[in-house]
Amino acid sequence: MLRDILHKGKKKYATIPLESQKAEVPEGIMTKCPNCKKIMFTKELEKNLKVCLHCSYHFQMGAKERLKSLLDENSFVELNENLISENPLNFPDYLEKLEKDREKAKINEAVVTGKGSISGYPVTIAVMDANFRMGSMGSVVGEKIKRLIEYAGTHSLPFIIFTASGGARMQEGVLSLMQMAKTSAALKKFSNDGGLIITVMTHPTTGGVSASFASLGDYNLAEPGALIGFAGRRIIEQTIREELPKDFQTAEFLLKHGQLDAVIPRHELKEKLTLLLDLHWTGGGKQ
Amino acid sequence: MSMELDFEKPVIELRKKIDELKEVTKHADVDLRQEIEKLETRLQILEDEIYKNLKPWDRVQIARHPNRPTTLDYISCLFEDFFECHGDRLFGDDEAVVGGIAKFKGIPVTVIGHQRGKDTKENIRRNFGMPHPEGYRKALRLMYQAEKFNRPIICFIDTKGAYPGKAAEERGQSEAIARNLFEMSGLKVPIICIVIGEGGSGGALALGVGNYIYMLENSTYSVISPEGAASILWRDAALAKKAAESMKITAQDLMELGIIDGIIPEVKGGAHRDVKKQAELIEPVLLEALTSLSRLTGPELVKQRYEKYANIGSFSSLNG
Repeated sequence: MLRDILHKGKKKYATIPLESQKAEVPEGIMTKCPNCKKIMFTKELEKNLKVCLHCSYHFQMGAKERLKSLLDENSFVELNENLISENPLNFPDYLEKLEKDREKAKINEAVVTGKGSISGYPVTIAVMDANFRMGSMGSVVGEKIKRLIEYAGTHSLPFIIFTASGGARMQEGVLSLMQMAKTSAALKKFSNDGGLIITVMTHPTTGGVSASFASLGDYNLAEPGALIGFAGRRIIEQTIREELPKDFQTAEFLLKHGQLDAVIPRHELKEKLTLLLDLHWTGGGKQ
Repeated sequence: MSMELDFEKPVIELRKKIDELKEVTKHADVDLRQEIEKLETRLQILEDEIYKNLKPWDRVQIARHPNRPTTLDYISCLFEDFFECHGDRLFGDDEAVVGGIAKFKGIPVTVIGHQRGKDTKENIRRNFGMPHPEGYRKALRLMYQAEKFNRPIICFIDTKGAYPGKAAEERGQSEAIARNLFEMSGLKVPIICIVIGEGGSGGALALGVGNYIYMLENSTYSVISPEGAASILWRDAALAKKAAESMKITAQDLMELGIIDGIIPEVKGGAHRDVKKQAELIEPVLLEALTSLSRLTGPELVKQRYEKYANIGSFSSLNG
């Protein structure tokens, strides 16, 4: 079977004009699953919402792809897309790294925020992107999330956030740390006014992001297999000097320990979000 | 027990020399008074020079000094009638966090802080001042109680960070910290936070959402320890000294970044030299903060706190 796929791939590669193909699938025609090691067509993988066709491993999803997979067509309006980071600590090479990531990930910062609709229900939505500085939270990420929460409050819209982050951004030091308080405070105010908060933790959600808005949903959801935790696995192993179980800090582990409402496969996300929105639409909340 | 720090060596050596000379004059028939006086003046100058020009890494050393006063030291110096409250009512009592009610100048307050030990035995009991989720949940329970009885809250921050352990993750370290940030931002009583030693990342911030934030002169507040930053940035924890400079973690840095409201001076050489005197330096700052916040209503306090954090950050717009 494997040979068939390879063979097929080779044939296809030979018959399609190279340049246009390259532009469409920059990662290459075939993709190997890091979990089951099987190889599949990138196009088919993408059509399958980047879930492995063989073992259901959830590949990381960029912010724009995610929005496309969830929101009603042409409903998304991006907000505050032009905010960019400065270099408040004068950290060497920081601005260059940001510039490089802007080009690579084709977004201006590690979170994309805006409004749109899911199955007809208007929402505000923020999606973090691990392709940009590992999704780390600096001043801009904090500010964009805070502004979106405030926007959601002003317009009485639900707030949905997809998290994917290595934590606070080191290059902005303690300013990054304070974004945890800033975003959490915005959520508290929004929550007090009856706002609906749904967080969906995707791989990976760790450190300062896990320890702030990611954990503060009325509903805390996660994708299967996502790494979610406060401290890094290696640091914990070094501290307690013992090996950790294999499923440690996975979404399933968190569910078992009462930290999540549900683990939802990517294919069911839109349907489940629609259900939650519907349940809050009439009589179930301010929206 | 005196534990000397690297940068203090010249001072210590000079002092030793003076002591030796004094010893000599006691037993020998020579008059060295002039010589001693000269050296003492030099010592004075040297001390001033060293302690006024402390490098970030020197301050890290002072902040981590084993004898640096802890939350309980300050509680016993600054407050009367401290009644300690234990437990989070959910899982257990985390001794890395202490809290309770007490009187400050006759006013009932809730006081909470990270608590580390000063020796190995106490450090094991206190988990080196690194809380588990139940520590943060105990703190939050006491904050709700403070709000119920309209008592101001005073938090002392002094931790390397929230404990990175298996059980801590299982019980929701992230959620516990996040919950404190969320709830502290909405409390309708004054919250005053003072960083007294190390302010290590989210584990520190979880007691740090206040109307006013102060730092002792030689305390630090950072997103990651200098060692951690060095090992990530340059793959070498030995470069911590360099990281301490570039990460901007001192009280002076945070004042400049506009994050804290004031720096509380320390006794010469660091707070560990004289706890009582140090408490006397904290007292007026605390009193002034409480007095000014007592003029605000509950909603005004929440608003002031919200705006304080909402305004932290450095960014610009691509199109001008």
